[in-house]
Amino acid sequence: MMLPLNLKALCFVVANRPIIRDMSCEITAGPKTVILGPNGAGKSVLMRLCHGLLHPTSGSVAWHGRGRQAMVFQRPVMLRRSAIGNVIYGLRLAGVSRKEAESRAAHVLEAVGLTAIAQRAARVLSGGEQQRLALARAWALEPGVLFLDEPTANLDPNATRDVESIISAIHASGTKIIMTTHSLGQARRLGDEILFLSDGRLVERAPVDTFFRRPKSSEAVAFLQGELP
Amino acid sequence: MSDISAALAEALRLIGGMDAQLAQIVLLSVRVSLVAVTIAALVALPLGACLAIARFPGRQALVAILNALMGLPPVVVGLLIYLLLSRAGPLGEFGLLFTPTAMILAQAVLVTPIIAALSRQVIEDAWIEYEEQLRSLNAGTVAAARTLLWDARFALMTVVLAGFGRAAAEVGAVMIVGGNIDGVTRVMTTTIALETSKGDLPLALGLGMVLVAIIIGVNLLANVVKLTAQKRHG
Amino acid sequence: MSGYKILFKNIYLVLFLLWASQPQAQNKFIIVASTTSTEQSGLFKHLLPVYEKKSGVQVRVVALGTGQALDMARRGDADVVFVHDKEAEEKFIADGFSVRRFEVMVNDFVLVGPKADAAKLGGGQDIIAAYKKIAEAKAPFASRGDKSGTHAAEMRLWKAAGIDPQTGKGTWYRETGSSMGPTLNTASAMNAYAFTDRGTWLSFRNRGDLVIVVEGDQRLFNQYGVMLVNPAKHAHIKRELGQAFIDWVLAPEGQKTIAAYKIGNDQLFFPNAR
Repeated sequence: MMLPLNLKALCFVVANRPIIRDMSCEITAGPKTVILGPNGAGKSVLMRLCHGLLHPTSGSVAWHGRGRQAMVFQRPVMLRRSAIGNVIYGLRLAGVSRKEAESRAAHVLEAVGLTAIAQRAARVLSGGEQQRLALARAWALEPGVLFLDEPTANLDPNATRDVESIISAIHASGTKIIMTTHSLGQARRLGDEILFLSDGRLVERAPVDTFFRRPKSSEAVAFLQGELP
Repeated sequence: MSDISAALAEALRLIGGMDAQLAQIVLLSVRVSLVAVTIAALVALPLGACLAIARFPGRQALVAILNALMGLPPVVVGLLIYLLLSRAGPLGEFGLLFTPTAMILAQAVLVTPIIAALSRQVIEDAWIEYEEQLRSLNAGTVAAARTLLWDARFALMTVVLAGFGRAAAEVGAVMIVGGNIDGVTRVMTTTIALETSKGDLPLALGLGMVLVAIIIGVNLLANVVKLTAQKRHG
Repeated sequence: MSGYKILFKNIYLVLFLLWASQPQAQNKFIIVASTTSTEQSGLFKHLLPVYEKKSGVQVRVVALGTGQALDMARRGDADVVFVHDKEAEEKFIADGFSVRRFEVMVNDFVLVGPKADAAKLGGGQDIIAAYKKIAEAKAPFASRGDKSGTHAAEMRLWKAAGIDPQTGKGTWYRETGSSMGPTLNTASAMNAYAFTDRGTWLSFRNRGDLVIVVEGDQRLFNQYGVMLVNPAKHAHIKRELGQAFIDWVLAPEGQKTIAAYKIGNDQLFFPNAR
């Protein structure tokens, strides 16, 4: 098991502008962690630091042992091949044999309800289908941790519902979920705990009910009232 | 004006009455350039992709050099290959001078920087879109390069076609290393040069039109394939 | 697949393609370094098929200026040279690149120029007199300037006329630095005089206003020689095949074939092997 994840005095600076400031915390296995915060708070950057796409300016990101992690982005990047080909691609990169990859891909496509379009070209699918396919590609890897960066930001309500139920199913299969969202409703529906970021700092951390009912920090209060920009 | 209409008539006559000798010249041209472009692509596409993705000191300088090499003067390449393949040169014992193989080598050398530099640009643009996703999936440089080469295949096809056009239209290098030997290394461009020096301008221009028609034909064909595939794959 | 494996796969593919691009059934052939005058006049197209049919040996002609042809042979890139600049050929032998030079045939040079005759040559046979008038009138003159046999012959005649055409360089004397055809194209475009072999002239199509203005002078005759490149200098020279070709060209059959080549009613080359 790769959790808990420990962030120690994590800083990330771009062009003299601090994006993440001296952040320390421990993210444990289990709950679905939702990172909230206003635009520019550093939510996406924090996830990319944790996932290893960015390197900290100082401080550290320490995993407890090795394990597979995956990430689903706001705008899914589909390879120019079939839907199932995209899933198989991820598995092959992870060192899974072709035969095994094919059967796992078929299985996971069924789980996200894309079996009917498995052979269609991925890049001509609708936005909702593409995001479900991105989830399937990540899920097929059976990751210990799955990062999701505003996975429903560009989707209509129906597609959003599909994506949320898939995220729950992935969590139910034993994967730790760490995600960002702009939708407070989504945070309520999906989240177990909230990490609230403001201006690059971790301002508040609380179970989801507590956070929405009795936010402690003035920034969180303001954010929930929609007062911060 | 009469010269050009005479050339047009000559071109139509050449295409219509395609005799064995002309057919041989056309086929040799196409064969030499196709093989040369294939070789160049095998070298240049991976090179371009790696240059687009890998980050190492001196990369910018390498890119600049590659871009500059796109303008390699064919005559210089021809001379270089000539000196290499000449009996007195380092590769002389293979006896490749004045053979189609020598012309293929010269064209491949000419076209490799073009394909490498243009594909570097194409792949670098694609990499902006794909980078996070591929790194998230743990793709190393080589795997990412392979993925992007495949994913950018439609744009790269255009790049390779540009290389083909350059190879097929080139005369300076193949004249030197091929020797324009009748029936052995005489291709369309060297024939055009020969007919020009014999003062048969309509025939030369007519042959030129045939050459352009071939290059346009190859491009049209490739475009149809590309558009059909693109519609399917997005 | 690792990067190295892909790299090697590509290298194998490249080598295979190069190998596959080689002519499969390697016929017997020799390479003859010759001049544009023999190639472009159409002589070789007439002569070589006769020999190839008889001997089964393909003769591959690379047509250059005499100077370039001899250079190419010096590098070992030709088995036989078939050129027309006696001085340069004798130097070639003196340097050890060939053992013996055989005289094959002669052709003749002509002076062509614009019908309007800017230098008022008024026809005639005397090439030296003509050169003097051209230099005097500073009439445009297109020279090859490429170290070819024709160029060398042209220069010898200037010298005989006591004129250094280099003094007219940039004004009336123009060096094209290219072979006979392009030089004639240039002369035709600027209505200049030009010194050419008759063969190339007769097969030249883009004459414009140019006509022959001087011909028939003894000094305009031009000897062709043929030599086998010395195998002692370059081990891969095809001695037997090369010598067989030379022998045939010098023998009655080759000589008759040369004499039979005509453009219209004009015989271009006069065999004179001894």
